[in-house]
Amino acid sequence: MTAITDREKLAYVAARAADGRINIELETEGMTINLGPQHPATHGTLRIVARLDGEQIVSAEPICGYMHRGYEKLAEVRTYPQVTTLINRIDWLGSFANEVPFILAAEELMGIEAPPRAQWIRTILFELSRIANISLFLGDLGIQLGGLTVGFYAFRDREYVLNQIEAATGGRFHPNFDRIGGLKDDLPKGWIAETHKAMEKVRRFCDEVEDLLIGNEIFQTRTRGIGVIPGHVGLSYGLSGANIRASGVDWDLRRDSCPRGLVYDEVDWKVWTHPDGDSFARSWVRLQEVREASKIVDQLLDTIPGGPIMAKVPRIIKVPEGEAYVATENPLGEMGYYVVSKGDLVPFRVKIRSASFNNVSIIPWVARGLYVPDLVTVLASLYFILGDIDR
Amino acid sequence: MSQLASGAAVLAAFDPPYWLETAIKALVVAVLIPTTALILGIVFLFKVMSWMQSRLGPQEAGPRGLLQLLADGGKFLQKEDIIPASADRFVFKAAPFVVLASTFLTYVVIPASMNLVVEDLDVGIFYVFAVSSLSVIGVLMAGWASANKYSLVGGLRAAGQLIAYELPMILAVVGVVIQAGTLNLNGIVVAQNSGEILGWGGIGLPFILTQFIGFGIFLAAVQAELTQTPFDMPVAESEIVSGYQVEYSGFRFLTFFLGEFATAFAFAAIAAVLFLGGWAVPWLEADSDWYWVLGPVVLFAKIMLVSFLIFWLRFTYPRLREDQLQTFAWKFLIPLSLVNILATGVLKVVL
Amino acid sequence: MSSADTTEAPAGELERDDAREAVVERFRSELGDAVVGAHVRPGHAVWVRVDRGAWREAARFARDGLHCAFFDFLSAIDWLPSPFGRDMDSQEDRIAAGDTDGSPAEPTAIVAGAAGGDTRFQLLARVYAPTTGTAVILKADVPDDDLSIDSWVPVYAGANWHERETWEMFGIDFVGHPGLTHIYLPGQFEGHPLRKDFPLLARRVKPWPGIVDVEPMPGGAGEGEGGEE
Repeated sequence: MTAITDREKLAYVAARAADGRINIELETEGMTINLGPQHPATHGTLRIVARLDGEQIVSAEPICGYMHRGYEKLAEVRTYPQVTTLINRIDWLGSFANEVPFILAAEELMGIEAPPRAQWIRTILFELSRIANISLFLGDLGIQLGGLTVGFYAFRDREYVLNQIEAATGGRFHPNFDRIGGLKDDLPKGWIAETHKAMEKVRRFCDEVEDLLIGNEIFQTRTRGIGVIPGHVGLSYGLSGANIRASGVDWDLRRDSCPRGLVYDEVDWKVWTHPDGDSFARSWVRLQEVREASKIVDQLLDTIPGGPIMAKVPRIIKVPEGEAYVATENPLGEMGYYVVSKGDLVPFRVKIRSASFNNVSIIPWVARGLYVPDLVTVLASLYFILGDIDR
Repeated sequence: MSQLASGAAVLAAFDPPYWLETAIKALVVAVLIPTTALILGIVFLFKVMSWMQSRLGPQEAGPRGLLQLLADGGKFLQKEDIIPASADRFVFKAAPFVVLASTFLTYVVIPASMNLVVEDLDVGIFYVFAVSSLSVIGVLMAGWASANKYSLVGGLRAAGQLIAYELPMILAVVGVVIQAGTLNLNGIVVAQNSGEILGWGGIGLPFILTQFIGFGIFLAAVQAELTQTPFDMPVAESEIVSGYQVEYSGFRFLTFFLGEFATAFAFAAIAAVLFLGGWAVPWLEADSDWYWVLGPVVLFAKIMLVSFLIFWLRFTYPRLREDQLQTFAWKFLIPLSLVNILATGVLKVVL
Repeated sequence: MSSADTTEAPAGELERDDAREAVVERFRSELGDAVVGAHVRPGHAVWVRVDRGAWREAARFARDGLHCAFFDFLSAIDWLPSPFGRDMDSQEDRIAAGDTDGSPAEPTAIVAGAAGGDTRFQLLARVYAPTTGTAVILKADVPDDDLSIDSWVPVYAGANWHERETWEMFGIDFVGHPGLTHIYLPGQFEGHPLRKDFPLLARRVKPWPGIVDVEPMPGGAGEGEGGEE
């Protein structure tokens, strides 16, 4: 993939400067518009108050909290398995992926490690939820930019993955399958073969999306050079996941600080980055991640060890005193749980570090000088889930 | 054949007084507009779109969902007529009808056969473009009178876009006019029918063969005139939620909706006439009596083909941003169409 | 790839984690007395507790000296044990512990966690260096009578929203923050929800129905005991 040339960058800057000059000459009062909270462009109840000058945004401020459910307070009165039920619903598209960091933090405090088979299956389900989540992102990109067809294809092909998750865990979106020490159940018969087939379909879908959307000239015109986030700015805002990898930062929690309990070091896989940092880069990196995830799942499926699915844990779980922070590379970015335990049945304090909270906090910085349609493109490419922002 | 000839003779002899003739013609057009909009809507918006998006589409209303649009129309008609409190009432009410009026006027010159045309104007094409520009005023009226920031933005976008794409559309057609030698639509059909490709008159000379650049530009410009993706910024659903139409509900929205599809039909008909040979089939002479029946059928088939292209583009491409759209029109389509005119003019003289 | 994962014995509690110890040393050498507590869990994490006045200084050192460019999160912990306990649920705790006395449990004193702590409120933040894999969890005590601390916004731009949330939930004021406004709660909300003395209203209003499902554990006392490993 080619990076933006210097000429193009210069042209973009020159165009902005020319616009600025004209804006000063024809000074008119700006208009304030509200994007949301009910709006097809924002993935949920996010409200963005934008002050416009003509079609250009002078300032944009996201207002979140319409979906704040108070998870951190709720977790303080729930036992650890009950908290798992709650946190399923933070990033509701990334089903299984929400539970994993919390369970791993509790396991770290207890000093338990899940048996290998459970670790394998955990990783497989983790990657499946990544595929499900990001497939929807790709479809949503199309919908936001006007190519509705891709959205329908995404929903159709996501169903295969969700069927697999449902077959294993019983739930498409809220599996509630992870347990401290392992998993709730073993895999059903025939699941491995079916999942291989589902991965084939996912790869075909990725090729379709590349043809239909990423390779489309209009899509490229709409996304190249839009919403450029330099690497160091992204890092200081806490941007994580594909967003920061698209700005050239080679950092993936699965490879760099993989917590005990997930088995990425047993698989041969690659981290995708892109130097540009614009909306196109973010979309492209995510597309490659879906492909990579399907390959990871294939490799893991071929090497699942036998054995028990759950370590020996007491029936009633009291986590010993201590604090632990475990973060994993969730589909949206880095999601982590800081668990403070006092030796009780319930956690003393759970701080949920959700990826979208930081991803959205960069919008005021990115939105300056963008056109309104570009803001939609940037929102679509930054990709957040309201449940993740608002917890 | 003789019955057809005698039938034609009877029809030719039928010479009603002027007011009756005009009334009949107006009635035909008035009935035609919703009918064509319905047909196009059902076929393309529901069935073809659903098929392309690998889903079924509406299935309940009528057999296989074919009466869905009638049901939708009925639903719109029985809705409450809501006008925003701070809206300019007269302009608000008038806007959809201005848009519809422009469509109505376009149908006046579309020929379904040599004599099956409401008014065979000598300035056919020129007239078509003149009246299609009226819709811009309707859109501006709708955007402004809605007293809503989103509609205003949408209306301004739409006006800019429609005006920008008028030029490529007209310039693309100039090549056809040069080749046909006449502005009259029936004359253009006859020219294609009786034309020859390098001496062979087998399929006539449908202008799409020589004016393929013009056809491409015309299609793109039609796409923009209809505010369809990839040029549907004014009604960008995921950004400003229907733009200038957002405050319209009930039968006023139905008017916009019908107007959009009827205009699509009209422009597809114009494209079929200008580039594909209109109501004539190459191996049958243009003054044959068969065309009383065959003409409309052939034209309809060609319209369906062009509409398929228009809607196919609509379902596939993402949308262009407003300034990219304008750049595309002014910096790409217009120079290209000027080159087309130059080439046509030169070749017409040389060949 | 984390450079801190040196010796990897399973459930290693005893071996030293040199890289993380070195991080603590660097903080001590840079900030001197401002480092009032530290804790290393080998192979996992390192905590450094600094004096309130050196909070921003510590951030600056982490960003520039340790190359921790990534701002992870910033929040707070309220170490007061909840006066409400788990309400109805605390009865389940005691049934599980084999104590069916029925008398209300006594409140316990404030005990802080990793790297110690002297006050009720403690700020918590984590930063990470993608280039080297170094991660530091920073803590700072905030005294009850003066709930304010320097803002991290000049150092890490992402701290803006996190500090707004911490102010909203705990009531801690951030000096130098561009604009502390509500981020999650409506504008007129009174109180600071994540404080332990702010009751979880749902549990006060309606008893948790799960209490009726708790049955004594089958088998002996071993099952009812805590989850020590």
